[in-house]
Amino acid sequence: MSQPFPVRPPSPVALDDRARDNIRFIRETMERAGSFTAVPGWGGVALGITALGAATIASRMPRPRDSLLIWLCELAVAVAIAGWTTLSKARRSGVSLLTGPARRFAYSFAPPILAGALLTAVMVRLGVMGAIPGMWLLLYGTAVVTAGAFSIRVVPLMGLCFVVLGAVALFCPYDWGNAFLAAGFGGLHILFGAVIARNYGG
Amino acid sequence: MAAKLGAFRDAREERTKRPSSGARQQESAATNLDRLIHERTRLAIISALAVNTSLTFSELKELLRASDGNLSVHARKLEDAGYVACTKSFAGRMPKTEYRLTAAGRRALEKYLNHMEALIQATREG
Repeated sequence: MSQPFPVRPPSPVALDDRARDNIRFIRETMERAGSFTAVPGWGGVALGITALGAATIASRMPRPRDSLLIWLCELAVAVAIAGWTTLSKARRSGVSLLTGPARRFAYSFAPPILAGALLTAVMVRLGVMGAIPGMWLLLYGTAVVTAGAFSIRVVPLMGLCFVVLGAVALFCPYDWGNAFLAAGFGGLHILFGAVIARNYGG
Repeated sequence: MAAKLGAFRDAREERTKRPSSGARQQESAATNLDRLIHERTRLAIISALAVNTSLTFSELKELLRASDGNLSVHARKLEDAGYVACTKSFAGRMPKTEYRLTAAGRRALEKYLNHMEALIQATREG
């Protein structure tokens, strides 16, 4: 307490900065090593646009069964776009899709999607087609949230938006189904796809 | 003024439990570092393994964008220290080397992180 203030410590700020830099380095390495980063941004935008197209066509269909068929076609197109853009982004950034984070991402993405497929069949059988859009948005959102735990932070946020949209859709008039699907698979994909493309390299 | 600064210093020392002089504190903090994992490539190996159950040599290489020679030298150093465990096997005809973080390695990383935090704290309060 009584001793004079010591000679100024050798560059304390630099030492401090270096410590911060080291911590940042550890965190970035952990993020890169532990998360699935090959989420395609432009792919999201592209499949969002095709979803808007599908919604336009589906809304002109007189029977709900035809709308459903249009959306199933859109699903095939979307899977193709997502698959291709994911592959090319993974190849570009040199990450493997078969090991570690990518595999965990796939494993947690699949169960809600499978549940959705089964429930779709059940709903068609029961003739409650109107509830399908809400259920799709809800379960797709769930898949994205759970898989997003292994990915960049914006992904689970997108999933959450889908979940909310799906929940709302389930309790709204069923005629709005196409509009909800357009807002979700179209709007949200384009929005978040653009964010991902801008901030996470394509 | 000097008394006030002294009080600050004392408070800081209590928290970080370092020798009395600020200069010596900084110095010892720097030298007490676990040199073994302070080096960037080795720090990256430890960090990457901390969030994966195991990683193969080629996965680590891809992740760290390191050369074969560089990675194997640093991995060997960590292995010798008991921070990572290495198992060699064959996948078909290709040799496969897998690395895992040991309990000692995890402790070392935690200690290193605490160390960095203490450094930041010390400078902030100092």
